[in-house]
Amino acid sequence: MNNMKKTNIDEKAITIRFAGDSGDGIQLMGAQFAKSTALKGNDFATFSDFPAEIRAPAGSEFGVSSYQINLGSAKIMTSGDSPSVLVAFNPAALKVNLPLLNSGAIIIINTGAFTKRNLAKAKFDKDPRLTSALSSFQLVELDIDKLTSESVLRFGLSKSKASRCKNFLALGLILWVFGHDIEKTISWINKLFIDKDTIESNKTALKAGYFFGETNEVSTTLPKYFFPPSDFSSGEYRNVKGSDALAYGLAAAAELADLPMMFCSYPITPASSLLHKLSEMEELGIGVFQAEDEIASICAAIGASYGGAIGVTSSSGPGISLKTESINLAINTELPLVIINSQRGGPSTGLPTKTEQSDLLQAVYGRSADAPIPVLSVSTASDGFDIAIEAVRIAIHHMTPVILLTDGFINNSSHPWLLPDIKKYKKIAINQPKRDIKNIFLRDKSTLARPWIIPGTKGGIHRIGGIEKDFETGNISYDPDNHQKMTNLRINKIKNISNFIPNQEVSFGPARGKLAVVGWGSSFGAINQSLRSISNKNVSQIHINYISPFPKNLKKLLEGFEKVLVPEMNMGQLSALLKDKLNLNPISFCKVTGQPFLVSELIKEINYCLDE
Amino acid sequence: MKNKKNKLEHNFSSSQEVRWCPGCGDYAVLKTMTQTLSKINLSPENIVFVSGIGCASRMPYYIETYGFHTIHGRAPSIATGLKISQPDLDIWVITGDGDALSIGGNHLLHTLRRNLNLNIILFNNEVYGLTKGQFSPTSRIGTKSPSSPKGSIGSAVNAGLFALGAGGTFIARAIDTDKRGLGSVLESAHFHKGTSLVEVFQNCIVYNDKVFSNFTSKENAIDFQIHLENGKPLLFGKDNSKGLRIRNNLELEVVDSKNNKDDILIHDETNPVLSQLLLSMEPPEFPVALGVIRKVEKQIYENNFYESHSSKMKRKVSINSVIRNGDIWTIT
Ligand code: SF4
Repeated sequence: MNNMKKTNIDEKAITIRFAGDSGDGIQLMGAQFAKSTALKGNDFATFSDFPAEIRAPAGSEFGVSSYQINLGSAKIMTSGDSPSVLVAFNPAALKVNLPLLNSGAIIIINTGAFTKRNLAKAKFDKDPRLTSALSSFQLVELDIDKLTSESVLRFGLSKSKASRCKNFLALGLILWVFGHDIEKTISWINKLFIDKDTIESNKTALKAGYFFGETNEVSTTLPKYFFPPSDFSSGEYRNVKGSDALAYGLAAAAELADLPMMFCSYPITPASSLLHKLSEMEELGIGVFQAEDEIASICAAIGASYGGAIGVTSSSGPGISLKTESINLAINTELPLVIINSQRGGPSTGLPTKTEQSDLLQAVYGRSADAPIPVLSVSTASDGFDIAIEAVRIAIHHMTPVILLTDGFINNSSHPWLLPDIKKYKKIAINQPKRDIKNIFLRDKSTLARPWIIPGTKGGIHRIGGIEKDFETGNISYDPDNHQKMTNLRINKIKNISNFIPNQEVSFGPARGKLAVVGWGSSFGAINQSLRSISNKNVSQIHINYISPFPKNLKKLLEGFEKVLVPEMNMGQLSALLKDKLNLNPISFCKVTGQPFLVSELIKEINYCLDE
Repeated sequence: MKNKKNKLEHNFSSSQEVRWCPGCGDYAVLKTMTQTLSKINLSPENIVFVSGIGCASRMPYYIETYGFHTIHGRAPSIATGLKISQPDLDIWVITGDGDALSIGGNHLLHTLRRNLNLNIILFNNEVYGLTKGQFSPTSRIGTKSPSSPKGSIGSAVNAGLFALGAGGTFIARAIDTDKRGLGSVLESAHFHKGTSLVEVFQNCIVYNDKVFSNFTSKENAIDFQIHLENGKPLLFGKDNSKGLRIRNNLELEVVDSKNNKDDILIHDETNPVLSQLLLSMEPPEFPVALGVIRKVEKQIYENNFYESHSSKMKRKVSINSVIRNGDIWTIT
């Protein structure tokens, strides 16, 4: 602890991680710190890591909840590879997070929780402080438990209530470390809780932590970090979580189409956060229906769309599998519908709380018969806003179900979001004729979409269904030539969407060169950060949001590079798609550990491709 | 007046060719259904038929209203979404024993429990017709079929008892060819506020002919059918010579109605114990209960949905203001 740097002013960013028991208030502490960071003018990105088990036994490894934030004055694209500061509230939190840390990282441990019992629960044979396990780190030992209980003594709280203030004590200390003002956090505490004792005791604990930092004892062992403000473009900002941005985007789409939206879902990890968020958004004309199962939820959404609302359903991979037959019904009956897949790890139950992007081929190909569907993907937490609007726009404009892919990592990560102005977005035109209907199945010449005639419309009576329909009349048809014609129509209708979507852009680097790093989904941040670090003029980032159909220029664009590298959190699904659809032969870089890509491993792979 | 007449003249037959087997009970149901619709006198564009998969589920194609022929077992779910989005529509779900009680059992359960205001017409023929004759969940034990050559070995489900257990608020039964009985049940189902389940005993002439003849045939009808009327004594048989009464052990028994006049039960559509007893009756010991067996009032899902919905599904604010609510900072 001797050579501790007092300030890390030359560093542009730092990653810190708070970890403790699910009951320790880690997520709240992290969220408050992110808010405070925002006000300090620093860029950041966060990621919440929850335990898979509900109410896992206190002190156990599988009950550890973590919040990671990467912040600094530079442009921050990810929540950080490996933390340089860890605040561990108990031995289990230390045990679980130790392998993630940078060597030389500062570990602040709550010694009060390092009891024999807790060490045993975390399966430490010996107290790690007495072994070489922590030798490559800088240990800061603090009895957070004791400091907390002493600071709130005068409130006469029960032991457990007093202990619940420890996240704010630790937050106070961290705010001091980063030179933040505590006044803002104090005013948030006033709003956060209702009960006066809770408000006052948490405020007291916060201040105690902050002032504790100022004492000599700590300032010799803890460095202080000062980051000059990041370079933000001007405007209004908020911190936004991936699932929230998606919910806002869906509501925005409903506003742009001027239609009510029915969100029909069945709880599943990690998609439920979207269900919860939309349940609070009634004022925006959104209705939520929690169905009895995955199939009922998509069917209710289809029913709502048939009735003229915007039907949306959401799930994760296993639930999407259950919805598959119903997706085909929506394809065959040509009803607008948005199906959101918050991907998670592995087949079957797999790794429900871990992230993976392995449902791409399921989305593009995974249905019986020739059943094409547009597929869009979200790349960052805030990106969900625009992508949700695009998904609804395509669904309505082209009268088709649309699959929107996101993942557990995006849903649980957050960053500052430059707030959009809905008035600047193009309205979503709907074709719901209400009178003088001459031909019920008269298709739009440019989109090939049928009109969206809804029950209750006079003169519009017709029947739809899963059985093949006649091209002209929409009646049941088993005619061989008609089936060929309808199959062609369904394929062309979706292919044709490429005429309505924007061209593929280059996210970073030149439009031609030696290497294109091509990704989709939540790997955007890590790829972007690694390219910024490498800063080689021959490497570009191309990140695809429109996956099916691909943007029209994609093939040509990729052919402008000598090599194409595709990093994916699956075993090569976008690579397979690029081969199949564009006849390209990319280099695949695959990872399925349930963890997002690290910038460091991407840099290594990119350099390897460049040297080869 | 003129308008009304026009509507009456709407016969609800669509132009599409009906494709059931000749002699199938579905024809009779279709006819009674369209006649009932004419009688109810609703504008056809406000009526929607939603069906699943099976012979009966073809019905929407043959009725001149809006129609949605969906997928196996899921019609109640699609009808649920439709009803929430457009509560004023008159929605009829057409389903069969396999569709509603096998693959779609879960959805039927939850639709009944939620009690949306829609009508579910369950065509029970105790067989899978469309897939060529396999036993169904309502097939009686021992039913020989291509998939049960030695006879089926699972017990059958009783549609009405299922609905009762699910909290169904309207449970009725009718025979396909009984124009009057079926017509009146369909009409009551329409006017009931809540989910109405109507089980129609439908003869599949090809794969399960006469499976209901123990109570539907001419010779059995009089002794093995009891037509219920709320508030009226439970009488049946020639000249209403038989009646139902309850024993001390809470079981029903058939008695001579003349000599036991005071003991004869009075039909009460709201009594759950009676509903269960009536739904359980089977020949040869008992007649089959027909008509409206149960009818009670309960909260209606879509009413609760709109009553509890703060904007009644009409947007009140712009997303612009919602995203600017809370912790916002400005960079200049
Ligand atoms: S198979 Fe049976 S139920 Fe189906 S149409 Fe023919 S007779 Fe009717």
